Amino acid sequence: MERTEAELIAAVLQGDAASFEPLVQRYSPRVFATARRYARRESEIEDIAQEVWLKAFEKLKSFRGEAPFEHWLMRLTVRTCYDFLRGHQRNRESPFTDLTEPESDWLERYVALPETASENAEAAKLLVARILERLSPPARLVITLLEIEDRPVKEIARLTGWSVPLVKVRAFRARAEMRKILGKMAKDKYL
Amino acid sequence: MDNWQSLQSKLIAAARANPPSDRVPYAFEKRVMALLAARSATEPLGLWVRGLWRAAVSCMAAALLLGAWAFFNPAASTKTDDLSQNFENTLLASVDQSDQVQ
Repeated sequence: MERTEAELIAAVLQGDAASFEPLVQRYSPRVFATARRYARRESEIEDIAQEVWLKAFEKLKSFRGEAPFEHWLMRLTVRTCYDFLRGHQRNRESPFTDLTEPESDWLERYVALPETASENAEAAKLLVARILERLSPPARLVITLLEIEDRPVKEIARLTGWSVPLVKVRAFRARAEMRKILGKMAKDKYL
Repeated sequence: MDNWQSLQSKLIAAARANPPSDRVPYAFEKRVMALLAARSATEPLGLWVRGLWRAAVSCMAAALLLGAWAFFNPAASTKTDDLSQNFENTLLASVDQSDQVQ
């Protein structure tokens, strides 16, 4: 019979480290999907996921069981991803590159007839990925959680450990940052 | 401004339309468990190292404080004018006492 999450956690806390494995197995897909939002290379994604699980094992004593384990783990994952973004900030400080031809075509189509420029187009996906990569760590985190994952501000505050007003301020700044980056990339000809 | 707003919505929609994969590398959980096992094996040594470092730092701080106190305390420096003489007196105190008794 499969043991429940609470039983597994209790066993780990009593010194049975092997009981941690089913938890890793069960929740790793969520951890990997989150990590892939912030890192591109598979080696980096794996490093993030590994760190999340090592931290989870170390800090398991602090899990009080009031909320589901998954919520606690996601908080840890988001914070580890944020640390990763901050740690790799310099890598992204390469000079701006102009729009590629497909990206430029997509934007031109969008300016002429917005409804014909599909969001499923590969160029649009690449463009948004490039913009996200150029954002500062707090801006990228807040845009991802608020706009892309469509999470409420309160939940973002809980996940990041920021206050609600801080999330709102950072969201406002992040949108401005995004606009500035797109403006630089497109040399303001489309906006 | 409106142009920007709708372009932003379009780009966000593009990001939403492309959710990341939740694929987990093969035997990832085994690797995590092996790392945890390796970590707990080195833990006793780590505890000793941490403890010794803390002790070294505390000793250094105590030595510095006492050094500073000895250096800046004028009473202590004037009281003993000849350290070698005082040391000799202390060392031979018991011999002197036994001579006096005889």
